[in-house]
Amino acid sequence: MADLRSNFVGIKSPNPFWLASAPPTDKAYNVVRAFKAGWGGVVWKTLGEDPPIVNVNGPRYGAMWSNDRRLIGLNNIELITDRPLDVNLREIKEVKRDWPDRAMVVSLMVPCEEQNWINILKQVEDTEADGIELNFGCPHGMSERGMGAAVGQVPEYVEMVTRWCKQHTNMPVIVKLTPNISDIRVPARAANAGGADAVSLINTITSIMSVNLDTFAPEPTIDGKGTHGGYCGPAVKPIALNMVSKIATDAETAKLPISGIGGVTTWRDAVEYLALGCGNVQVCTAAMTYGFKIVEDMIDGLSEYMDDKGFTDVEEIVGKAVPNVTDWQYLNLNHITKAVIDQDMCIKCGRCHIACEDTSHQAITSMLDGERHYEVIDEECVGCNLCVNVCPVENCITMEEMTEGVDPRTGTPISDEYANWTTHVNNPSSPNFIPAKSVEPAV
Amino acid sequence: MAENGQRADIKSGRLDADDYVRNFSDAYPLLNKREAFVESERCYFCYDAPCVQACPTSIDIPQFIRQIATDNPDGSAKTIFEQNILGGMCARVCPTEQLCEEVCVREVAEGKPVKIGQLQRYATDQYMAHKAQPFERAAPTGKKVAVVGAGPAGLSCAHRLASHGHDVVLFDAREKAGGLNEYGIAAYKTTNNFAQAEVDFVLGIGGITLETGKALGRDVTLSQLRKDYDAVFLGAGLGGVNALGLPGEDADGVMDAVSYIEDLRQTDQLDTLPVGRKIVVIGGGMTATDIANQTKRLGAEDVTIVYRRGQDRMNASDKEQKFAQTTGVTIRTFAAPKELVANGSVRAITFETMQDDNGKLVGTGETFTLEADMVFKAIGQTLHSAELGSDFSDVELERGRIHVDENRKTNLPDVWAGGDCISDGDDLTVIAVEDGKIAAENINSFLKA
Repeated sequence: MADLRSNFVGIKSPNPFWLASAPPTDKAYNVVRAFKAGWGGVVWKTLGEDPPIVNVNGPRYGAMWSNDRRLIGLNNIELITDRPLDVNLREIKEVKRDWPDRAMVVSLMVPCEEQNWINILKQVEDTEADGIELNFGCPHGMSERGMGAAVGQVPEYVEMVTRWCKQHTNMPVIVKLTPNISDIRVPARAANAGGADAVSLINTITSIMSVNLDTFAPEPTIDGKGTHGGYCGPAVKPIALNMVSKIATDAETAKLPISGIGGVTTWRDAVEYLALGCGNVQVCTAAMTYGFKIVEDMIDGLSEYMDDKGFTDVEEIVGKAVPNVTDWQYLNLNHITKAVIDQDMCIKCGRCHIACEDTSHQAITSMLDGERHYEVIDEECVGCNLCVNVCPVENCITMEEMTEGVDPRTGTPISDEYANWTTHVNNPSSPNFIPAKSVEPAV
Repeated sequence: MAENGQRADIKSGRLDADDYVRNFSDAYPLLNKREAFVESERCYFCYDAPCVQACPTSIDIPQFIRQIATDNPDGSAKTIFEQNILGGMCARVCPTEQLCEEVCVREVAEGKPVKIGQLQRYATDQYMAHKAQPFERAAPTGKKVAVVGAGPAGLSCAHRLASHGHDVVLFDAREKAGGLNEYGIAAYKTTNNFAQAEVDFVLGIGGITLETGKALGRDVTLSQLRKDYDAVFLGAGLGGVNALGLPGEDADGVMDAVSYIEDLRQTDQLDTLPVGRKIVVIGGGMTATDIANQTKRLGAEDVTIVYRRGQDRMNASDKEQKFAQTTGVTIRTFAAPKELVANGSVRAITFETMQDDNGKLVGTGETFTLEADMVFKAIGQTLHSAELGSDFSDVELERGRIHVDENRKTNLPDVWAGGDCISDGDDLTVIAVEDGKIAAENINSFLKA
């Protein structure tokens, strides 16, 4: 049985599954229920200064569904906690006292003045919470008041506030990053420079979920108007994974611990985050959709997976995929693959054919001897994988590597040597560059 | 026989009022919006989809299903009506499991085809509930076409002709238009007077004058029609019923299934229909399963379909056979009727068991007898050509039905035909619709030439 215990920047929890700072962690009632269900820790919903903020009294959430109404993406315009500070602090203290083995991290957001941070840090320390998370991420509402994403989007502020916090408390400081920037490495480096113990990402993505075609208002709609919210859920996972990998592979931040957030719904999602360098994961939308019970299979699935793979400690997974994240220019251009369609598994829907036909390569047949028949034409197949992606039958189409002979598409002999763009003859920066012949203008 | 001398047990009102309602309500209720969304997502939007090829009317099935999935149900219905103006009825009565759904790649892959028929009904029902037929007529051509028979073939032909700008007079021998949709199809497949609603929908295009109570050979003649109109389409269906050819066939209780079904379809008081306690149905087609199911649902205790060949040879679809068996109907195969036992009214019927001798059906000499208060003949219908007028002999027949070419044109230069009265086809509503459509297109070319 694998050991799922986690130690993230000194914060211990029985497993690496934390609930992210969000509506499910807004009060003791929910957090206790979560701990009973088995969650390893929580990041308490963001505290601010009194008087508490107010929320809208109309819809706070919008959703994207599949046609069978599975929730794929969720957005929200809820702000930080709207309960008085002292109530939250008292409950945090009580819950931590009652659940000492669980991670209790407190998310914070106050104006960008040193004294404001000093004040709230002292109050949080009194709860004996395990750490703090700086909310530099919320893209809606609070950012209009110069907090949340408005801070996260300015690297100098990120560094400055991080430094204040490190100066004025001994609690571990996790900096939560907004994805609403052009290069995630910049704020991550700033947090690192400010002394952050870790970063967590992603916060939600600025979004408008939909437009009501009768009222012509963005949804969710409050009295005929809408505003952008923060997007989360399964749909954002690929964006978050990429951002995590950028930080994990950046020379400046490679050693900076990461708490992975963004669409984690199953144990499998969690392992992917771990493999890309996260020390743990935080979950919100999945818990909001299905309730706290989902952690049971996250724990069980992770444990089964680790046993199958022979991992005994979560740490063994962390960063395992990082060395395989590279830049396009280093991909092996001599690696030749062709799609192969398993005729026994093929149900003859023809989607591979029409995708290939209309997308680019015309490399899949549709007919053989008057019968519907789908087969790859190696002379045309560039190995793009689109047919695999559109095929409704898993493993019916596979990409098979060619290891010898000649690529029938290019007529080039297959080479087992690694060769990438940096050395390619078409690359003007390559030592092997061969300039194109100049074409005389037509007279 | 023990039952000689006893009276046949035939009576009406065998059930409580609630049972009639339940037994004759919609057999396959309409999908709701959410169900339709989920089901539509199962469609793979196949390239060159086999379902389209299998549909006799070539409805663009992946397209109409995608239109349901994108919440464009009116667009979906129009896609259907473009190819099949009777798409609403076909959604109810098509043996989809032998047509589009049989070749659905999901049937091949997992034995669970996309429910194409039910999705078609979802699209067409919701459309017809709030909108008129969507097609506009072309500019008037001044040409007139006589369409004989207002069943599926005639309605389809008339609609298509009207859309091309021709004026159509649509004759039907009966009181109401609709043909078998109105008089033949099992009641639980077309509830709430759908057949008449569909007739109104089709006629809504305009340019079609309906003349009911006008029979070919009785009220109008083919030669007169050919004289008065620029073209004639014959879609008169089949007027005759095959006989068993056994002595005693005229005994009380020996009945044509089609005429009983007609009575059932036309009554609004099912509890007035007399039905036997024990019923034997002879035949293997949809009419056999329909009469068996409906008499069972009227309260008959014991209903048996007897068919001379194996169950796999029955013309009734698998689904209909299973539906009958679920209803409680017994299906006995490899038995041919031998003798009717009657004492004024029928009391029993004796069958000889048959066997398949290299494709040839031969009697074994063994017999069995089933008690029966009613025996229904459902062994096929015939074209009653003699009753269609003396000049009908100008029309070339083939195997007792009208011979047509691929354009549904008869041997006469200005006469087309389609539906059950022609020699090709499987006597399905959807095929009749296609016949009418093809004929109309060919008539249109002829009239514009």
